[in-house]
Amino acid sequence: MNATTKSIVEFKDIVTQFGPNRVHDGVSFTINQGEIYGLLGGSGAGKSTLLRQMIMLQEPASGIITVLGQKINSLSPSQIEALQLQWGVLFQFGALFSSLSVLENVSVTLKEYTKLPIEVINDIAHAKIKMVGLPPHAAYLYPSELSGGMKKRVGLARALAMDPKLLFLDEPTSGLDPASARAFDRLIIELKYMLNLTVVMVTHDLDSIEYALDRFIILHDKKVLIEGTMDDVHNSQHQALDTFFNKHKS
Amino acid sequence: MSPAKITIKKNDNSLHITSSGDWFHQSIGTIYNQLKQFDINPQTLSVTWDFSSMEKLDTSGIMVIIEFMRRFDASRVTFTYVGMKPDHQRMFLFYRKNFINAIPNTTNKNSIFQIIGKAFINISQGFIEFNHFIGINAYQFWLSILRPSLFRFKAIIKHLSSSGLQALPIVGLTSFLVGLVIAYQSAEQLKQFGASIFIVEMVSISVFRELAPMISAIVVAGRSASAYTAEIGIMKITEEIDAMQTMGFEPHRFLVIPRIIALMLAMPLIIFFADMMGIFGGMLIAKGQLGLTFSEFIARLHTEVPIKHILIGLIKAPFFGLIIALIGCFRGFQVTGSTDSIGKYTTISVVNASFWVIAINALISVILTELGI
Ligand SMILES: Nc1ncnc2c1ncn2[C@@H]1O[C@H](COP(=O)(O)OP(=O)(O)O)[C@@H](O)[C@H]1O
Ligand SMILES: [Mg+2]
Repeated sequence: MNATTKSIVEFKDIVTQFGPNRVHDGVSFTINQGEIYGLLGGSGAGKSTLLRQMIMLQEPASGIITVLGQKINSLSPSQIEALQLQWGVLFQFGALFSSLSVLENVSVTLKEYTKLPIEVINDIAHAKIKMVGLPPHAAYLYPSELSGGMKKRVGLARALAMDPKLLFLDEPTSGLDPASARAFDRLIIELKYMLNLTVVMVTHDLDSIEYALDRFIILHDKKVLIEGTMDDVHNSQHQALDTFFNKHKS
Repeated sequence: MSPAKITIKKNDNSLHITSSGDWFHQSIGTIYNQLKQFDINPQTLSVTWDFSSMEKLDTSGIMVIIEFMRRFDASRVTFTYVGMKPDHQRMFLFYRKNFINAIPNTTNKNSIFQIIGKAFINISQGFIEFNHFIGINAYQFWLSILRPSLFRFKAIIKHLSSSGLQALPIVGLTSFLVGLVIAYQSAEQLKQFGASIFIVEMVSISVFRELAPMISAIVVAGRSASAYTAEIGIMKITEEIDAMQTMGFEPHRFLVIPRIIALMLAMPLIIFFADMMGIFGGMLIAKGQLGLTFSEFIARLHTEVPIKHILIGLIKAPFFGLIIALIGCFRGFQVTGSTDSIGKYTTISVVNASFWVIAINALISVILTELGI
């Protein structure tokens, strides 16, 4: 890390509780500008919950979350909207609007939040659709006519529509065949580089972890087991780490 | 944030464009219009675009630049650009690589004849499919008759409760209010003729024969036809129906037959309840407006109103139940793909069910009148 790194997302002492069930007990970590950052952990470890807290779909019981320099628990509605336009979210199953075509799905935020002429909006949407690796004719299909992998690509194009600085991905490669999963990883890396993105992703995919992630945390037993790079993990001798990686390799 | 700006300088046969400010979507619309109105002179041989004082750039800015570069290319002008910041250049080249000349949407371009033709085919196909649907269910019903253990008794009980029992409050209230209103409107008239006692026949015959059955059927059509369509439609979208089929659970036997049986059993009971509530409404008015006591009302009901009127109302009930359940389930099976098709077919199902209930009622009325009953 050098002196110019800027933190984009910061979690400090987060506690999350669902009824009697405590999911996070003092979770802290920092995501820096330009990273592809992973949230890892076993099933039910609370990865998706962390992601949902970052994008303000859920609130922690206590602790402070800072996203793009703003503490998100004390924002006015207009500040929230301004913040939401600076990030894009790809949901696990795409969460596409099923009554809209692919082109409309991608251009919906542009139509709502900008005053751009429709020709420019269509140019942007078509370019984003091509950028994520979809063929041109896909623009006029409806979500029910797409395969799982295509849905994810459309979801990604929609997340990128407003030129976000920050991209959130929930299990982007789950449900894809290995070749498509690697292609998706490559796409994320290319987009990160081309568009100056910071990427936060929840993933289970060990190949993704090795190939795409710059840094990550592993959640274990309500806490952060380790935060760092793949090398940091290799150098550390923690029992739980072995089980985490072996479980995933087998 | 400083707005996007553009200056265009014309020399003899060259053009010098300078961009400055933030080329963001907030202000790029005006630039786009400014550039669009600007015609490239045929004498123009070269264009230079200077980006050195452009502060920021987003996708919309890039798209506008690309659009106009393409126009210069099309008019065979030598084009050069200078001074783009490395960051911008990288993004710009990336988007230029991904720019496509959007192919127009070729689907959904129908002439009036195609629209009429398609509508006609849809209607006739719908008719064939509905018959097919009835056929499958009749066959499954026949199989179940041969082996009664195939009937899904638990499901029948569940639907009896959700479509029958739970419909009683709203059906009862509606019927009560209608009985009340009918009695109220006729009480005045009858009193003038000194024929107050006829309020009993007036209310009871109209409630028994027409009003209670119609009210019950319309309310149930609204409640249950929509519920059936939505339930089955969602199961289709989530592939539950396909899953059932692969496990050897015939979907019609599991989903449709229990609903039909439950509704055919429930409708007579619902209508009988509606009869009672409607009469009760009438009795209250008769007492309040005409001073007819409850026991006088009931005594007259006994002596003057034949039982056949109640039976005629109840005879229609299974037909109503059958058509409502059939339509609700049929439309559910037509749902495909997306969530908005659930809304579409649920609406169609309620409209169809209400219409057919009224049509069947009219048909039965005509038949009974012709038979002199
Ligand atoms: N809305 C909720 N209500 C109650 N419990 C929840 C809710 N969301 C998540 N949980 C619980 O929190 C834990 C973490 O869930 P989640 O973040 O989805 O895990 P994962 O790491 O698999 O994504 C699980 O034990 C889950 O049961
Ligand atoms: Mg999860």
